[in-house]
Amino acid sequence: MTLVEFRGVKYRYPDGHQALHGIDLAIEAGERIALLGPNGAGKTTLMLHLNGVLSPTEGTVTIGGLPTTKENLQEIRRRVGLVFQDSDDQLFMSRVSDDVGFGPANLGLRGDELAARVDEALAAVDMGHLAARPPHHLSGGQKRRVALATVLAMRPEVLVLDEPSSNLDPQARRDFANLLKRLGQTVVIATHDLPYAAELCPRSVIIDGGRVVADGPTSELLTNASLLRSHRLELPYGFTIPQS
Amino acid sequence: MSGSHSGRTTVDVRHRVGFGIAPEAKVLAVLATVAAVVATRREAVWAFVALAGVVIAAAMAAYVPLAGLAKRLTIEIPFVAFAVLLPFLGRGERVDVLGIDLSRAGLWGAWNIIAKGTLGVACTLVLVSITTVPDLLKGLERLRAPRLLTAIAAFMIRYGEVIRAEAERMRIARISRCDNARNLWQAKALASSSGVLFVRSYERGERVHLAMLSRGFTGEMPELGTTRARRRDWQAVAGFPAAAIAIAVTSWIL
Repeated sequence: MTLVEFRGVKYRYPDGHQALHGIDLAIEAGERIALLGPNGAGKTTLMLHLNGVLSPTEGTVTIGGLPTTKENLQEIRRRVGLVFQDSDDQLFMSRVSDDVGFGPANLGLRGDELAARVDEALAAVDMGHLAARPPHHLSGGQKRRVALATVLAMRPEVLVLDEPSSNLDPQARRDFANLLKRLGQTVVIATHDLPYAAELCPRSVIIDGGRVVADGPTSELLTNASLLRSHRLELPYGFTIPQS
Repeated sequence: MSGSHSGRTTVDVRHRVGFGIAPEAKVLAVLATVAAVVATRREAVWAFVALAGVVIAAAMAAYVPLAGLAKRLTIEIPFVAFAVLLPFLGRGERVDVLGIDLSRAGLWGAWNIIAKGTLGVACTLVLVSITTVPDLLKGLERLRAPRLLTAIAAFMIRYGEVIRAEAERMRIARISRCDNARNLWQAKALASSSGVLFVRSYERGERVHLAMLSRGFTGEMPELGTTRARRRDWQAVAGFPAAAIAIAVTSWIL
């Protein structure tokens, strides 16, 4: 079943910069997909279209068949959880539990139902013991997990993560990858970290200049050295993609 | 990370008795006590001694160390310093104190400011010693303080720390390249890094707003949590403002 669909999506920023030039993309339920591309390729712009923070100037985006129009925004934002690159942008309340409760409270949950949702989301990322802590006391890995909990609390159908491995030490990076695998949800990851994409996402999409330039199995795309080079991507020195 | 932050008070409070009391009960009790202190007749010196007793009893009941409390009281010095001048500048009847000619009205004025200021600050210090900043804001919210104001305060506390850390990183980057802001000709670097900090903070504000929109924010902060003060919370704190009000009333009768 197609969960996310972009049809001919174009987007022009108010300053006139054309960031997307006609994106066509379909993501099936349960897929884990990596959005790869150089800086300024349009990855973040595309991500912001997924939950209606940006609306296409041309074309349509649908989530589970629901177009990302103004009247559907609340439901779209419940269905798509966006986790930003800098956890300090995501965690803006003065207590972890309040931050995790912010989304479901905006959906109208109150009282015991809200508290149960917060507990459930924190338990899913193994951070229940930090509920009363202020976010700025957490380590980078803990912040990233709590940031994920803030969207899990809305029981989304799609998780969208911007550079989930950035600024994490190797252990935190590994733990976060295991967590994403364990959750078993539809996941879209925008990243420059190609080994992370190879490990987590069976499918990858390369975006450059606001266009989809390649779409296929991650192992195939990442072993095509000339494709990577032509879009300013490269595997770390000495790294080879394990053949499945 | 600095030692001063929003999640704790400025001291570790989690073992203290008052920590478990609902914040709105504590905030209201302190407000009532401070109001009683302010309303006390200034000439009733005994009343201020009794009020000090009430504040000390509250601190002891909450296991707040008195020595630490006294030390932290020094924060009021800049605010009450001008009161010292009143006996010299006041007009009217003059009295001789240790050979110094002082104004009687000025002396009472200074006493009024220092006694009430000190007791008011002491009450507040007891409150913040047994309440985290998020709890304080929650308490104010439950007492119907405008949610917009408590949200702004919460954001200031949350991001003050982030911006301070960013400013510190920029300072280290400057001094690592032999910058010394004390040299006038190098002030440009300080000025431009302040400007950059402002722009970065503005951009962060935009990103935070995006993160809020992504989680269904529609312009009004939602109400979070429902645990409100129970009877036992009010009972735990009621004695202190009640005693303070009784003292204030008696100061006008006797």
